[in-house]
Amino acid sequence: MDETRTRASEEDLRLVERLRSGDEAAFMSLVERYRPSMLRIARMYVPTPAVAEEVVQDAWLGVLRGLAGFEGRSSLRTWIFRILVNTAKSRGQREARSVPFSSLWAPGEAEDPSVDPGRFRPDDDPRWPGHWAAPPTRWDGVPEDRLLSAETLARIGEAIEALPPNQREVIRLRDVLGWSSAEVRNALDLSETNQRVLLHRARSKVRRALESYLAQEGTG
Amino acid sequence: MSRPEEMSCKSLVELVTEYLEDALPPAERDRFERHLAGCDGCTAYLEQMRTTIRLTGALSEEQIPDEAREALLRVYRGWRQGR
Repeated sequence: MDETRTRASEEDLRLVERLRSGDEAAFMSLVERYRPSMLRIARMYVPTPAVAEEVVQDAWLGVLRGLAGFEGRSSLRTWIFRILVNTAKSRGQREARSVPFSSLWAPGEAEDPSVDPGRFRPDDDPRWPGHWAAPPTRWDGVPEDRLLSAETLARIGEAIEALPPNQREVIRLRDVLGWSSAEVRNALDLSETNQRVLLHRARSKVRRALESYLAQEGTG
Repeated sequence: MSRPEEMSCKSLVELVTEYLEDALPPAERDRFERHLAGCDGCTAYLEQMRTTIRLTGALSEEQIPDEAREALLRVYRGWRQGR
């Protein structure tokens, strides 16, 4: 199972040891790393940002209280996010949130296609049905320092910000923070298919934003 | 040229994440790769998706505000004392 692939690393175990021994710097470095994602995920389950803030604090307290029993069967971050999600769920229930939790991570109705349909030949095209009419151009000619410029990255950030929350959190965990698919599924209790659909929609939109940005720059 | 069993560009772009996640059934993966081998547009598309993923990985998470830091530090100190 996935569990075996996301076991706690040596680094996780050392970190847990430091937390148990009362090392504030170790705690704050963990907080630094995960708090932004925790806050946004909590926000999906509860009605206000202030409540989400409380959920995150409660979740950290839950993490600390659970430290003694942490056995490393999952990675430290998977474990932390499971505690977060459970804390957020029970708080969300108390706050009588109207949206059922199961729908939070459901990809929802079919969205627009990944690529503007106008860029393909029609399905009844006699020779090349559904093939590119306006194919994308390769980006390997774009200088690396332009791809990695603050402005390009800001565009990517904006595109991610504009996504629906479930797509946004999945692309953040997977592609910004570099979690594996198994870890995200375990931490958020998400099915493999749902995760992949959310990730696909998110990446496709970010690619579109990048494409139109780079095209603009190229002609300007 | 485009026989029914061949994948169209329009359907290939919807399968890119499944391809990259290695989640396509073998036969589907073969069709995907056969198409790719003969299609510059889809080769460019796949390269753009890979670049998108790489650049997304260059983003950093935002810094946390001081009040929140203080509050969490209090949580930790409270826990440490209470043990």
